[in-house]
Amino acid sequence: MQRRAGPVGAERRIAIDADRDIVTARQDGRALALLVGFSQGDATVISAAISEIARNMLDYARGGEIHIVLVERAEKKGIEIVACDSGPGIPDIQQAMLDGYSTCGNLGLGLPGSRRLMDEFEISSEIGLGTIVTMRKWRR
Amino acid sequence: MEVPILKQGNYLIASIQSALTDADLTQLRDALVAQVGRFRSRGVIVDVTALDVMDSFAVRTISALADMIKLRGAETVIVGIQPEVAFAMVQLGLTLSAVATALDLEEGLLFLNQHATAGRARGR
Repeated sequence: MQRRAGPVGAERRIAIDADRDIVTARQDGRALALLVGFSQGDATVISAAISEIARNMLDYARGGEIHIVLVERAEKKGIEIVACDSGPGIPDIQQAMLDGYSTCGNLGLGLPGSRRLMDEFEISSEIGLGTIVTMRKWRR
Repeated sequence: MEVPILKQGNYLIASIQSALTDADLTQLRDALVAQVGRFRSRGVIVDVTALDVMDSFAVRTISALADMIKLRGAETVIVGIQPEVAFAMVQLGLTLSAVATALDLEEGLLFLNQHATAGRARGR
């Protein structure tokens, strides 16, 4: 179900176990984004999306793993972020994608906000097994 | 990484030097809330120019910081939000609308001179 759009080589895998790992993940994401030619603005957007997704993993699943990979599809170059956890899963994804919906006292903007920041956003979740978020942004 | 806090007359200036973890941010919040009392400060400037990203946790913590400083009788102004950081914040749905912001340190000082010089007990 991970539709890889052709990896291009450079990649990072970051285990998210503590708050400092969020900083590592978003900094690695920014570095890769700049490497593939994203603007500073887009690199910041990608970085912010990684930060939100990584924090969600910590808040809801007590951690997980983020895999950042450069991808190519047709003529386009882009970046793909796969966030995978083995937490409790999301019972109602539609509800979780609503702005301001939160079950842990945060602002509830992580998933819907990240979807707005990226070009493509897929989420799948199974109760008791975990959640996978895949998001991509393409260079303009 | 701990954020240095400078005392400048009646004001405290916290100048963020690098990306901060959640723990660093809450530590900054608590330090400022404590130091406003210790130094009887009238205003606080948080310079976020060097911050790579303002995500929902950062915004929530900074909003709480400003609310807590207000309850301590002082004003807070956030300065130096970079254009790309502002863009990402708005896309995320984070507006920081309840907190005073200014372009840079100079504008922040100007803001405090206008809003934070009146006596502590005079209300806003």
